[in-house]
Amino acid sequence: MEEPNLNYVNTLADGNQEFLNEFIAIIKKEYPGEVETYNKGVSTKNHIATADIVHKLKHKFNILGLEKAYGLAVTYENELREGNFKLDSDFKRILDKITSYLKTI
Amino acid sequence: MNCIIVDDEATARLIVSQLCSKIDNLDVIDDFSSAIEAIKFLNQNTVDVIFLDIHMPGFSGFDFVQTLKNPPKIVLTTSDTNFAIEAYEYEAIVDYLVKPVTLERFEKSIQKIKKSLSQQSQVESVTQSSSSSSEIGEELYINIDRRLIKINFNDIQLIEAKGDYIEVKTVKETYRVRNTLKKIKDKLPEKLFLQIHRSYIINFTKIIDIEDNSVLIEKNVVPISRSNRPELMRRLNLL
Repeated sequence: MEEPNLNYVNTLADGNQEFLNEFIAIIKKEYPGEVETYNKGVSTKNHIATADIVHKLKHKFNILGLEKAYGLAVTYENELREGNFKLDSDFKRILDKITSYLKTI
Repeated sequence: MNCIIVDDEATARLIVSQLCSKIDNLDVIDDFSSAIEAIKFLNQNTVDVIFLDIHMPGFSGFDFVQTLKNPPKIVLTTSDTNFAIEAYEYEAIVDYLVKPVTLERFEKSIQKIKKSLSQQSQVESVTQSSSSSSEIGEELYINIDRRLIKINFNDIQLIEAKGDYIEVKTVKETYRVRNTLKKIKDKLPEKLFLQIHRSYIINFTKIIDIEDNSVLIEKNVVPISRSNRPELMRRLNLL
């Protein structure tokens, strides 16, 4: 599985440590809540709410350089809008990977 | 030039704000996590540009645009490419940025905004630009084995970059020239030609059809890159 990274953010920061720190602080704060919203959506079988949060999370996959994960999220979001939760476990693996990564930065 | 950022994600707002900080004379005067907050602000303030996320809970970016009576220039920011066609139905929307946005792409967007603002303030500039494009002429001379060969713009189907060379494909022949796509692009009339991929410029009038992420030009299937797709869609006369 591909590894999350800060390549995009570092390029954008271009040495601006203040921006980098702010970004890391925000993503660490924002991400757990989004994961919680996702889990809630799945457990209540609310496929529209789950699709919406997957939509939001997929942007973070992109920012963290997870191109394949982004592709999976695009598919999953579309399937969720049809009520299909089949990719849940694959998606959760990606979420766990990011959760672990965020603890290291 | 000033702007506001509207996006429900804090990371996305921060990134757009960082991109704005790289542009001279572009000030972010505020940012908003909801469209409603932004509307309240715009009822009392004027801005030149809004960077707007399409997908927000309860109130989409398009809903937002429709509520504005005199909208400023709007640049949509999104993780999806599927809204590009709808986006260009709105006059105020000047560009469509797919996240994550690179600085290079963002700078292009700023150029589009500036162009659009200048066209707005000087209607006559439209006439000037059309007359200046006609100054380019109707043909291009390319150097093949020390011979200058004349090619009419209308005969060119597409131009493809291949390493240090470019291939100019016409109805009858393909000419291989040691040059860059960027250089030839400057010699082509904008109204006929469009770069749709890092390696391809197409003659816009030669399109047979467009399917997903490719364009058919005669028998050539040409890929459309994600970043160039919005400009292509903008130029189509869509029903």
